[in-house]
Amino acid sequence: MADTCVTDRCRVRFAALRPGSRPARRRQDWSAGSDSLLEVRTRDTDWEGVRLHVVTGKGGTGKTTVAGALAIALAAGGRRVLLMEVEGRQGIARLFDSPPLPYTERRVAVAPATATLPGGEVDGLAADPEAALVEYLEMFYNLRHAGTALTRLGVVDFVTTIAPGLRDVLLSGKAVEATRRRRGGRLRYDAVVMDAPPTGRIGKFLNVATEVSGLAKVGPIRGHADTVQSVIKSPQTAVHFVTVLEEMPVQETLDGIAELRGLAQGGLQLGGIMINMVQPEELADDQLHAAAAGQLDEHDLDLGLKAAGVEDRRGLAHSLATELAEHAREALAQRAQRARLNGVDQPRYELPLITGPMDLAGLYRLAAALREQGAA
Amino acid sequence: MPEPQPPTLDVDRLLDDPRSRIIVCCGSGGVGKTTSAAALGLRAAERGRHVVVLTVDPARRLAQSMGLSSLDNTPRLVEGTQAGAAGGSLHAMMLDMKRTFDEIVEAHSDPDRAAQILANPFYQSLSSSFAGTQEYMAMEKLGQLRRADEWDLIVVDTPPSRSALDFLDAPQRLGRFLDGRLIRLLTGPTKTGGRAYLKLVTTGFTMVTGVITKVIGMQLLRDVQTFVAAFDTMFGGFRERAEDTYRLLQAPGTAFLVIATPEPDALREASYFVERLTSDQMPLAGLIVNRVHRSAAPQLSAARSLAAAEALETVPLRAGNGQAAAGGEDAGTPHPAATAIRYPLTVTALRLHAERMQLADRERRQEEGFTAAHPAIPVTEVPAQPEDVHDLDGLRAVGGELARGVRLS
Repeated sequence: MADTCVTDRCRVRFAALRPGSRPARRRQDWSAGSDSLLEVRTRDTDWEGVRLHVVTGKGGTGKTTVAGALAIALAAGGRRVLLMEVEGRQGIARLFDSPPLPYTERRVAVAPATATLPGGEVDGLAADPEAALVEYLEMFYNLRHAGTALTRLGVVDFVTTIAPGLRDVLLSGKAVEATRRRRGGRLRYDAVVMDAPPTGRIGKFLNVATEVSGLAKVGPIRGHADTVQSVIKSPQTAVHFVTVLEEMPVQETLDGIAELRGLAQGGLQLGGIMINMVQPEELADDQLHAAAAGQLDEHDLDLGLKAAGVEDRRGLAHSLATELAEHAREALAQRAQRARLNGVDQPRYELPLITGPMDLAGLYRLAAALREQGAA
Repeated sequence: MPEPQPPTLDVDRLLDDPRSRIIVCCGSGGVGKTTSAAALGLRAAERGRHVVVLTVDPARRLAQSMGLSSLDNTPRLVEGTQAGAAGGSLHAMMLDMKRTFDEIVEAHSDPDRAAQILANPFYQSLSSSFAGTQEYMAMEKLGQLRRADEWDLIVVDTPPSRSALDFLDAPQRLGRFLDGRLIRLLTGPTKTGGRAYLKLVTTGFTMVTGVITKVIGMQLLRDVQTFVAAFDTMFGGFRERAEDTYRLLQAPGTAFLVIATPEPDALREASYFVERLTSDQMPLAGLIVNRVHRSAAPQLSAARSLAAAEALETVPLRAGNGQAAAGGEDAGTPHPAATAIRYPLTVTALRLHAERMQLADRERRQEEGFTAAHPAIPVTEVPAQPEDVHDLDGLRAVGGELARGVRLS
């Protein structure tokens, strides 16, 4: 088995991701509820000090899934994490197979308890700008009544329409509020994970102060935007990119990173590149190239089939060689895309393709992979 | 007993029919809408039609493959196709939504007023970032291309909206918004006067403007007022345009193709879209399922393939090979160490094949979920390509697959 993980930051041998094989440095299974999770408190992760994790990515790359896995990973060892979505898709409810989330924080998952520590908790929140505006009006002006009336009149829609940046600042403001919220003398959440808008819109979304300043030059919303911006552009916040090893998503990731680097002059912290749905390579290097070139020994394949006692082998060796060739070409295409990402100086994490529908078991596997590689 | 198969989508008949004038490709993000639109356009052109492909946000290399290096909002002839031989042609363009909006403004007001509008900060924000502007302008451009009548087939790819349905609603939303009563009221009661004003007063108009001012600031409200004053003559036109576009989409000659991949989310969106198109009486031509996995050897089931792989893994190396399987036999258990396997390549091939068969099976079940709910919708499938498509040959191959009309599974 080739070690296909060519990144130095990627600490797990890719072979470890394959069912049946084990990482070199084996951890206890999550489900075992073992004390090894106590390490959480002391071990290093790549994002020590980050409390707001913004997760973006191209549509179809599994952004919501990775955000969910990251939230579970961060919750390990008795930590409390809020997973928040902002696009009104109810993706979190779907991911955790729960009824649609209202605009309240609600428990969606737990990280397993250990002998001495309580289990971690993941709350979910589907934020929407209208509710956020009403909450904002109530909090700052004691205007809950007005907010409700405005919603009924469609004024909120109107306001967020004429000032698109306002919509964004309300949503990111909600994440910032949750990040800073205190309850009983301690922080309510140890970390907040935001399932953010896709790569194409993330720069605008995060650059709220600038976006709003073009419209609201003074006034309370401006002050609010500045507060939000100061948290987003601080070491407490990191922006992670989810991609798959295909050309367009990789391109969008590179473009998005370049865009945020431009904004990062003001202190925006780039996070990790989470490479999702990585297909394992099943062939050794020499065979991979031979297979891709269509030069596999079909006679040898056929002898194998005969030895295995397969009946009716007519054309079968050729068909299997075709499938191997497709697999090899996909693997080489993945390598080419991975090489493009290697040019970016950000930590990379590889998440294995979970076959079948994404369920909780799959989600916990991804969470474990993120932890093994130091993302949480 | 297999499920009854849905009808097959006959892509070539759709492309060849001179009555087909507009093909709209829609579906959720990341399912290959742009590639499908480009492949359909190329195929139609190479079958002798004069085609323009209107794309909204193509991947860079795909755009380059069609000769679209610049985003200039004008159809460009795509070089290197075989359309000429068939008597057809292929043009392509990328939408520049701000420029399209600017052009509408310029076309419908005198130069002074146009300059005033274009310089307004509120207009600039509206034309570049309003949630529905891209959808509205895509439809506006579609209407323009259709009226120009220079092409006999327009293939349009829809914007990457938050939800596939935004594409139908956003144009009307923007039209309604710009033409709306609220925006007029906000710009000063003197303009509207009468009953509407009084009615809003009773529901707390002062409170409304008060809160709006509080939240967005006086400056923005003033920008909006200036904008509305300058834009006044065009308001009615905006709603009319949105309605015209909507009617154009319902007209005979328009065909919607819903694009999906055989995955739950994409097919769920496709289902919503199909239902919405049906209820809006939009002409739905069929479903394209991209990136379908199939096996080259469907006769060998996953279970048999796995069993064969396991059988091979327990076969020790022949003594004649010089090396007996180390440590495997005495325990009487399968020995998975690759070095002890006589036919490692066959084992890998069999395991891969089993995975492939299982994947194909899952995809088939996902698709059946769709076809069971929509049995009358014609379907065609495009197999997953090992590499990304980024040139005309690749697009041509996709077009060929689209037209094969062979159900893969």
